[in-house]
Amino acid sequence: MITSVPRRDRRAVITGIGVIAPNGIGTDAWWAATTAGTSGIGRITRFDPSRYATQFAGEVDGFEAVDYIARRLTMQTDRWTWMGLAAAGMALDDASFRPAEHDPYSMGVITASSSGGNEFGQVEIQALWSKGASHVGAYQSIAWFYAATTGQISIRYGMKGACGVVVSEGAGGLDALAHGRRAVLRGVDTIVSGGVEAPIGPYALTCQMATGRLSSIAEATAYRPFDERATGYVPGEGGAILLIEDLESARRRGATSIYGEILGYGATHDGHHPWSLPPDARQLTRAVALALRDARIEPEEIDVVFADGAGSRGWDDLEEQALHAALGAHAANVPVSVPKTMTGRMYAGGASLDVASALFSMRHGVIPPAVHVDRPAAGCGLDIVREASRAADVRTALVVARGYGGFNSALVLRRTSDCPSPPTPTGGPDESSTLHL
Amino acid sequence: MRRTAITGIGVVAPGGVTRDAFWETLVSGRSATRRITFFDAAEFRSQIAAECDFDPQAAGLRPQEVRRMDRYVQFAVAAAIEAVADSGLDLAGEDRERVGVALGSAVGGTTLLESEYVAVSDGGSDWLVDPDYASPHVYQGFVPSALASEVSVRFGAQGPSAVVSTGCTSGIDAIGYGHQMIQDGEADIVLSGAAESGISPISMACFDPIRATSARNDEAHSAARPFDRERDGFVMGEGGAVLVLEELGRARARGAHVYCEISGYAGRGNAFHMTGLRPDGLEMSEAILDAMRQGDHVPADIDYVNAHGSGTRQNDVHETAAIKRALGDHAYRIPVSSIKSMVGHSLGGIGAIEMAACALAIEHGVAPPTANLTQSDPECDLDYTPLVARRLPIDVALSTGSGFGGFQSAMILSREAA
Repeated sequence: MITSVPRRDRRAVITGIGVIAPNGIGTDAWWAATTAGTSGIGRITRFDPSRYATQFAGEVDGFEAVDYIARRLTMQTDRWTWMGLAAAGMALDDASFRPAEHDPYSMGVITASSSGGNEFGQVEIQALWSKGASHVGAYQSIAWFYAATTGQISIRYGMKGACGVVVSEGAGGLDALAHGRRAVLRGVDTIVSGGVEAPIGPYALTCQMATGRLSSIAEATAYRPFDERATGYVPGEGGAILLIEDLESARRRGATSIYGEILGYGATHDGHHPWSLPPDARQLTRAVALALRDARIEPEEIDVVFADGAGSRGWDDLEEQALHAALGAHAANVPVSVPKTMTGRMYAGGASLDVASALFSMRHGVIPPAVHVDRPAAGCGLDIVREASRAADVRTALVVARGYGGFNSALVLRRTSDCPSPPTPTGGPDESSTLHL
Repeated sequence: MRRTAITGIGVVAPGGVTRDAFWETLVSGRSATRRITFFDAAEFRSQIAAECDFDPQAAGLRPQEVRRMDRYVQFAVAAAIEAVADSGLDLAGEDRERVGVALGSAVGGTTLLESEYVAVSDGGSDWLVDPDYASPHVYQGFVPSALASEVSVRFGAQGPSAVVSTGCTSGIDAIGYGHQMIQDGEADIVLSGAAESGISPISMACFDPIRATSARNDEAHSAARPFDRERDGFVMGEGGAVLVLEELGRARARGAHVYCEISGYAGRGNAFHMTGLRPDGLEMSEAILDAMRQGDHVPADIDYVNAHGSGTRQNDVHETAAIKRALGDHAYRIPVSSIKSMVGHSLGGIGAIEMAACALAIEHGVAPPTANLTQSDPECDLDYTPLVARRLPIDVALSTGSGFGGFQSAMILSREAA
């Protein structure tokens, strides 16, 4: 029964994860590399980057679309959608979820995208302007737009329930999962969610460089969030697709692998300027505080923070201030990591992969490191897990993500074995109007 | 339960920018489609579109905003300015941490991306492109999230903000997203709607090979003719609309004019084909029925259906079947119409423009017509309100959307209930 408002007897849990990352394809390879501190960042090989100030990126080497999807479909879709379809297949396999056995309307697809099928788009714009309108291919209209991956996943797996695409740049991965939770709490049993991104092409890189936020240091260590030598970030491709299910329906179908629950979510916007730093960390602070409140937990319950880690001083300082403001004294004690240092920032894929990292940290009792952060900025005041992973009993994780333009989002995840048996009301209507910090 | 009221409407549409000019276009049954003037379309199969005669400065945009924003973002900001003014809200006096933004677009900054590409690739000749020729604002074209961030920035809105990009259902889905933000208590006010400016060579070119757009180039003014036996595809449009969504209790408390409330929203996927539709309309009817359940509506409640009505044969047949499947015999008793016959199909923008049309239809008690519909397709046997607007009391309006990816969405607006 689909309802118009969240039902308090429902809980959104993650039961399957598929990963395509620069440091590993599939969760086994990726997690082994991630906990070993192995980076997938290198000099760009997919095209000659010689004329670009930024020449390093996290590319997914060895990814062959035809290993996952029919060759005919690869001709109709962008690399971004190949990765989305491949990761969705992995997530369903991981969950032992067989779509054909379920009511089509009980399953939906809600992904994040930031730049869509941009390389396919570049090919077709090039064809148009160099050869003429009749040389634009028939698949441009379905490959380039931001909904292509959601649509293809829905079609491939016969998922007819709520479908959506959320765009908020680097915050999108969390916003899509939260929107997926909305659908699950309203009565859709299963949502394929998360996001991937494929932004490593000549024109895509040109567009990203215009932000001035990319590092032009030609080294694999260029991306050093919270480090005194921070010079910007390097981009990466890939991400994670996750399967969200209602806890009860997951148990009913006999799901054996439940990673954790989406316990809380908060989102704000700086509402300040299209690209400049906001005057203070208030809105990012509020996103974290809203997520904690939605989760009904205290800051001390957070066992690990996966930070946004923008990789430039001003933005990193703001995030540090926000964590201190939202978590209080606990901010100095809680381990903070940025595994994106091993993949580059993957826009819609980045926060999705951080959620995967959080869930794997819970399952395996180990927090992966933020690599290359060997000189934390003076006065940083955060316990950054550096260089080597750290053993920890992780029950509750906080993931923070920001998107260019002023988007702030935070997600709280809890290990399912630590969820109380009676339903925890989450995401319900809340009449209190303002959070005063 | 928190309910969502619509307390402000702003529109940028072909045929007349501003809410009043838009409504005047609709009730007069005037088609705003014409031969494309934005670029030389001579080599294209479809050379017609519904273009907006839009002056950003007259709409209230500042010069720096005009410089950095792609056209579709300008549409949204202009529509939001009008909507907020219409709502009577003084946002500067509101708690802006409780003001959210949810906007839709299907193709985002395509126009900016294309024009920049022509420069950096030297006319499409250099695949590796020269980044030195890129505008500092090109990233705003690369990520459609610029749409939401610019509106949040313009109004200092610090609540949640996002773009919803589900192709041609983006407009309905973005307003659905904003509606859920209010229901779930994430915001008390949401500036929600959609915008699109896809009348550019690449967007026109990508619909040519699949023959989705009309090639009635010599009859540009009457080319958009949904449900007509002579129709041959949709006519590209552009534009946008923004609604002020407001939690009903607070709207009442401040004495706001409430146009109507959102009583149901649902989306479905057909899981069939990226562009193809089955003639049975099954999944769209499921979306309609779900939206009706949310508002406790029975078919007899629905007074008017604002159809997706793109004017492709498969859509018109699919949608007619969906409406009949959901509403039964009642489908034959009420006016159905497609305003795309007048303002074209602005892809991700049109869904919001159509929600504005539904709110105004309830407000004025008028069902806009389907222009250019002189003889219905024999397979389309509903009352499509041909040519002339119809006066009737409308308490409940249903709007449907259908798009690439197989997405089917439905939203119901209702006159404010006690």
